[in-house]
Amino acid sequence: MPSYKQLSKLTFILLMAISASVSAAGGAKLMHMEVDLSNQESLQRGAKTFVNYCLSCHAAAYMRYNRMGQDLGISEDVLKANFMFGTDKVGDTMNIAMSDADSLRFFGVSPPDLSVIARARGADWLYSYFKTFYVDKSRPFGVNNLTFKDVGMPHVLWELQGAQRLAQRESKDGEHHSPTFDDLEIITPGTQSEEEYDRTIQDLVNFMVYLGEPIKLKRGKIGVWVLMYLFVFMIVAYMLKKEYWRDIH
Amino acid sequence: MANIEKNIIDGLTGLRDWVDDRFPLMQNWNEHLAKYYAPKNFNFWYYFGGFALLVFAIQILTGIWLTMNYKPSAAEAFASVEYIMRDVSWGWLIRYMHSTGASAFFIVIYLHMFRALLYGSYKKPRELLWLSGMGLYLVLMAEAFFGYLLPWGQMSYWGAQVIISLFGALPFIGDTLSLWIRGDFVVSDVTLNRFFSLHVIAFPLLIFGLIGAHILALHEVGSNNPDGVEIKKNKNAEGIPVDGIPFHPYYTVKDIFGATVFLIFFFGVVFFVPEMNGYFLEHANFIPANPLKTPEHIAPVWYFTPFYAILRAVPDQLGGVIAMGLATNIFLLLPWLDRSPVKSTRYRGWNFRCALTLFVISFFVLGWLGMQPVTPLFTWMARFFSLVYFAFFLLMPFYTAIDNDKSVPDRVKD
Repeated sequence: MPSYKQLSKLTFILLMAISASVSAAGGAKLMHMEVDLSNQESLQRGAKTFVNYCLSCHAAAYMRYNRMGQDLGISEDVLKANFMFGTDKVGDTMNIAMSDADSLRFFGVSPPDLSVIARARGADWLYSYFKTFYVDKSRPFGVNNLTFKDVGMPHVLWELQGAQRLAQRESKDGEHHSPTFDDLEIITPGTQSEEEYDRTIQDLVNFMVYLGEPIKLKRGKIGVWVLMYLFVFMIVAYMLKKEYWRDIH
Repeated sequence: MANIEKNIIDGLTGLRDWVDDRFPLMQNWNEHLAKYYAPKNFNFWYYFGGFALLVFAIQILTGIWLTMNYKPSAAEAFASVEYIMRDVSWGWLIRYMHSTGASAFFIVIYLHMFRALLYGSYKKPRELLWLSGMGLYLVLMAEAFFGYLLPWGQMSYWGAQVIISLFGALPFIGDTLSLWIRGDFVVSDVTLNRFFSLHVIAFPLLIFGLIGAHILALHEVGSNNPDGVEIKKNKNAEGIPVDGIPFHPYYTVKDIFGATVFLIFFFGVVFFVPEMNGYFLEHANFIPANPLKTPEHIAPVWYFTPFYAILRAVPDQLGGVIAMGLATNIFLLLPWLDRSPVKSTRYRGWNFRCALTLFVISFFVLGWLGMQPVTPLFTWMARFFSLVYFAFFLLMPFYTAIDNDKSVPDRVKD
């Protein structure tokens, strides 16, 4: 019964396909960006933004400076001069001077370690988060965020982006509608244009995705060789099986 | 030249005979490989037992190397996993093989169990084979549960918190029992330490022993096959089943090919999609465990979700726990619930074929529902499909007894 055999194989492939395609969706709609880890300059620019703006309150305690230097093509001298502010040992991890007790007093919550934050939140969430701060006088730092409501973090990049506000749009029937990303408008321009800021954020998120899993730069390339080897071995194994099974009827 | 060859062969034969006089080497080799006769008509579904053994080996080996750098303490566990991922040479590969291996184990075992349903492999005389396999499945679930706490992420922590608290629903002994399992009033360093011990020593040993029993039971009664025909009923003059072929070399070479195809899929995941979009490594588990902050949405890993859906479908907590326990253990009764004289679906009637199809559908739908947040619609769907799930087992004595089974041939057909 050859058809039966084929049918059972088909069932298996279908089941695998279904289980793989059901996406782990959920939560509000986010802005989307294409992560591109092959763009080394983007990763370097992102690293620059990261050490300048994030790495004073947040640590990335699982990441070593020299690992970042090797992966992103940054020499140790450049690393020491432009990327390392808290230490001069390139083998150190990205720690900060601020203690948890202090930050708790300053912000009401200790800023989380950012080593694997991109793996927890996802690139689109980070991208949306950095772009949706808006002025809100009721908050301690004068800003709120549409992606992370009532977040304890100030808008650290405000100089670059400028200030945004949430436009009050009454819908026609006067009903309350929950604000969307489209309701945000720049009220005070920053040092960067909207396009420049968008690029800054994309670079930063690219870097944070790298930071979450440094081996991601290489594992796909290694994987291609592994699969090629297995594929050749599979052909040999199949021929061996065929040879042995010739006398079975 | 020929002389050297002869000397080497003589030497090796001498060594073998020397060992054989002191240890039953050839006896076991013959009994379990060279003279173990398996039906010649194994199909696609007969690869999965071997795959399960392969995944077990992968888990043991990668587990040994993970243990060299992992630290089972609440203060260090999360960081030590990231240390393995970044600073240990090839640590990321070992860790991804282990995490992918966990899910692969369940995929392989579920398909292995489905094969038994498809061809009636649990039926007489294979009841103990089935029971040892079910024992393995239940122990594997515990092993996976203990292992999932070790990365000490939010899902590790709160998943364990939820599952252990289920024992608290049991009357009288509930609270004491869950306290005894945790070793503390909440999941803590103490819990992590003991789960580590159970995960790396106790349960792997149990699995190892049960695999031995499973294979011994298999080789005692002989393998079933897609036609559900007992090949031992047709033996030639030498007492060898006419439809049987020696496991070695025929099935060893076939399984080498199969294992290679399996490894292509396995390493495809390991190297290209190790998170499997949040199914194999949940996103929330990249946030360190925080006993003060309950995540909004706690979902177990995919392989537990059908049973989680059944748990949530029952309005009463104790009832839910009982239903979940029944759902995982009811497979044990299959050999006695099935009243049909026919093993393979190839010769079974439509009653069983439809029941099995509905069961598979309900298993998948429940698995999906177990990952979703609770809504009234989903709850009612979970209730409906839980009924279908249990009906497959509880109504089996009736629909298999009156099934319009076909006549089974004397010999295997392929």
